[in-house]
Amino acid sequence: MTNNGSSSKFDRRTLIKAGAVIGAAQLVSPFVRTARAADVVKIGVDNPLTGTYAALGKNEALGMAMAVDEINAKGGILGKKVELAIEDSTSGDAGTAVQKARKLIDRDQVNFIIGNINSALAQAIANVANEKSVFHVVPGGHTDSVTGQNCHWNTFRVCNTTQTEASAVATSLIKNAGKKWYYLTPDYAFGHSLQAGLEAAAAKLGGVKVGGDLTPLGTTDFSSYLIKAQAANPDVIIFLQAGDDAVNALKQAVQFGLDKKFHLAGAQQELEVLLGLPPEARIGTWVFEWYWNQPNVPGVKEFVAEVRKRSGGHVPTARTWFGYASIHTCALAAAQANSLDAVKMARAMQGFKLPPEIALMPDGAYYRAGQNQLIPDLYVGHAQSTGKDDPEDLFVVETVVKGADVSPTLEETMCKQDWPA
Amino acid sequence: MENFDLKKQTPNLIVMALLVTLPLWINYVSYTQLGTQVVVMGLAAMALNFLLGYTGVLSFGHAAYFGLGAYGAAMTIRYIEPSTGLGVIVGTLAGMLAAMLIGPMIVRLRGVYFAMVTIAFGQVFYFIAFRWNTVTGGDDGLTGWKRMPLDFGFAKLDIQRDPTTFYYFVLVIFVIAVAIMGLLLRSPFGRTLIAIRENERRTRFMGINVNLHIWMSWVISCTFMALAGSMSALLNNFVDPRAFFWRQSGVFVIMCVMGGMRSFWGPMMGAAIYVWLQDYLSSATPNWQSFVGLVFVVVVLFFPRGVMGIIRRKATE
Amino acid sequence: MTQLILFNVMNGLIIGAFYALMAIGLSLIMSLSDVINFAHGGFLAVGAYLAYSLAPYIGFWGGLLVAPVLTAILGLIVEKFLISRVYGRDPLYSLLLTFGLAFIFEDGTRYIWGAQSLPYQVPGWLMSPLSSSFFFLTGYRMLMIVLIVAVVAGLFVIMTRTRLGLRIRAGTLDLETVSILGVNVRILRNLNFGIGIYLAGLAGVLAAGQLGLQPTIGDSLIMPSFIAIIIGGLGSLTGTLLGGLLIGVAQGITTVFFPSASEAVMYVMMALVLLVRPQGLLGEEGRF
Repeated sequence: MTNNGSSSKFDRRTLIKAGAVIGAAQLVSPFVRTARAADVVKIGVDNPLTGTYAALGKNEALGMAMAVDEINAKGGILGKKVELAIEDSTSGDAGTAVQKARKLIDRDQVNFIIGNINSALAQAIANVANEKSVFHVVPGGHTDSVTGQNCHWNTFRVCNTTQTEASAVATSLIKNAGKKWYYLTPDYAFGHSLQAGLEAAAAKLGGVKVGGDLTPLGTTDFSSYLIKAQAANPDVIIFLQAGDDAVNALKQAVQFGLDKKFHLAGAQQELEVLLGLPPEARIGTWVFEWYWNQPNVPGVKEFVAEVRKRSGGHVPTARTWFGYASIHTCALAAAQANSLDAVKMARAMQGFKLPPEIALMPDGAYYRAGQNQLIPDLYVGHAQSTGKDDPEDLFVVETVVKGADVSPTLEETMCKQDWPA
Repeated sequence: MENFDLKKQTPNLIVMALLVTLPLWINYVSYTQLGTQVVVMGLAAMALNFLLGYTGVLSFGHAAYFGLGAYGAAMTIRYIEPSTGLGVIVGTLAGMLAAMLIGPMIVRLRGVYFAMVTIAFGQVFYFIAFRWNTVTGGDDGLTGWKRMPLDFGFAKLDIQRDPTTFYYFVLVIFVIAVAIMGLLLRSPFGRTLIAIRENERRTRFMGINVNLHIWMSWVISCTFMALAGSMSALLNNFVDPRAFFWRQSGVFVIMCVMGGMRSFWGPMMGAAIYVWLQDYLSSATPNWQSFVGLVFVVVVLFFPRGVMGIIRRKATE
Repeated sequence: MTQLILFNVMNGLIIGAFYALMAIGLSLIMSLSDVINFAHGGFLAVGAYLAYSLAPYIGFWGGLLVAPVLTAILGLIVEKFLISRVYGRDPLYSLLLTFGLAFIFEDGTRYIWGAQSLPYQVPGWLMSPLSSSFFFLTGYRMLMIVLIVAVVAGLFVIMTRTRLGLRIRAGTLDLETVSILGVNVRILRNLNFGIGIYLAGLAGVLAAGQLGLQPTIGDSLIMPSFIAIIIGGLGSLTGTLLGGLLIGVAQGITTVFFPSASEAVMYVMMALVLLVRPQGLLGEEGRF
């Protein structure tokens, strides 16, 4: 059966030609890197563009590109033009992420490195950045240890810690939904620390844990867990899943009619997840880390309008803002230190308050000294099935919580920075 | 090697010359870390090819043993003893042991069925690493450890901070491993494996225990795979469950095929091409996966004998 | 407790039926063409996305009907121009080919439909439980069961009563003889591939109602399908069906006692089957 003999020559040529055309178009356009030049400041981005976190990564990338344009329009960093070098870290392959980090630092000689959405990759990149003493910003990986036990003097984080998010939502939940909680927690570090945070916060307010299950990461069928949760008869079922797991869990909970019997809630929630849910499953009490519909905060409207222009009409999510704030953090650090020296920049950022046009929050946001963790506002509220004025207005903010009120103390974070002499 | 045949040794000499001088020229085309990555992946591909190319058995689950090596090394350094050497030994032995145990269950199977079962067994380890997060770190991977400088008592070798030193450390391991595989293949044992590949039934009629030989080849292949995995863990100072994932197995197979399965150095060349290409493509376009996929398709349809196959054909013409 | 176990057994059967739907498609292709279709999950995603895109025009039911057919047509094209070229060569090549296609499918769906998971909507009345004590029996899950049973039954009728089915089954056993008897093997394999991909497309549409619709939707479903085939026995559709159901029930029960092992349990079952009966529960001796 040699059916690839006679006809293959023609097909090979056509295929190669077609491939070449598509290939050329693809390879030339997106991230062409210009030659190394002394009058350029390079920011390396090592963040996911493929896999589970691709959607989040793309939103962050959009925010980053926008920030770079703003900075360049105002004369760049220390008078030099800013350039992004973007690498796909993949969503979970640490080998690739580390390799890309070294590539950005060793070969592209970036002045800053940004990454990652996946906490594990963020930690891995932080270690490389620390070894090479490069100013590093984590845009969106939440695990506590990044600015806790494994913190570094040169690693700054824009998004919150899981513990902060948990504390932020607890008060509102106890008040509005009841004291008996059942936990559905993803079985890995992120989930464990979220649950621990919630349990501690709830206990202070008289909340009780009536049961819980650790759901393996990547669970597609939640019915068994939901059956058990229903049998425990709690006031609130807490969903701590993120991303795809959250979509699956909520979709199924609503199909089983659990939303009609119990209050469904959780800690961290993302607009990306709500957008991926059918309207009837957009329910529950959650924490958002940033939200686009803040009519009374100056600058937000302009920010949203500019993002819409770039995204084909979509609103910014917390991720877009993370990307945006990350790049501005780099620029501000350089301006503040009047230098591109990582140690000087990191020193300059201790306790630094982001200017309001970048913080885009009612109470602003600052990097806590000694931990390099951004302390912003958090938005507690509930999801809604359809937005009244905008189809992407899927969250109603009930209370804005000040990060300083719900963050663990510096001692509690166990962060000990080891500054170079 | 009593009568040193220069012509036969030419490929070996060329590869060695390129690899030994690599730190001198790599920075013009790429970066040291990528060079180390090529050597590690090259070792992995050559280990797989011991089974795939020389025994003719199709394993699509070799990432499992790569991962075992990686986790074995990482967990040893993290939990037992901060020693690079011990980590490598434990990692390699872990892969070998797993292969010895799983081997008997699968050596009777052939073809796609063998491939499918090896994938499925590979996934077992993936899920252990993924789910048992108190020990393995789960999806977050295992952090909190670093490769340690080598201490020989009389001399210290700082493979921790200096990437070039680490490169040469990996290269030495690579050369030893490849030499052992090369010698095994030239031995009567190796000839038997090739005989099995060429005609299993005839080999069986000659009174050779085919399943035992496949088992041995499987264990050898997996052991060197685990060695490569432990090198990879040291290279990244990090391990995560993706090392076990079945997609990684597919990548090892394509390296073998792309370079040429019938040639000793083919898989090494395949690994070099693949690692470089992926690195280049993923910087150039966010749609790099499509291009990697396209590479698979093009290789399968038009270059089934790989680069070495083409070179050979050109040479004989 | 007994009630909880009973619930989970029933629930496991539902999930198992779904695994079986995918596994039967894979198994058909594997036994006639010797191809492990790694792109099966990719086809599943395409089916789901097509249904999503068609829904505004032809509704949920139209999508359910049309999307799998379109997916099957894509399958026929892929088989004709790519996969058929590696028949007769070392199975290695077909594996690599579909492996590469899986990459292209994942990236292609992301390119076309975006990385953001999309809200696939199912008619409201399907989305509620049938009774409050058996709340996990939703209209949608019942629909899944009915459809899967209908499709599998239909497939068995095709396989046992029609000429095409007889030829496929004969080809599975001895392709050479079938070819000598004057059957056009090329067309036979093409149609067989199409049927397999139809099942993948259907599985995709059904999955989109339960899971988040994003490019990697098929990833978590492909391994259970492999295991279902290994446990049931290659070449036996009944075996594959049985394998799928067994895995589903085993997962359901394990979840009650030890959730972390819910995935591992199927691999343990596989290892046991391989030790005791390497050809699978209903596979024929000596085929491999």
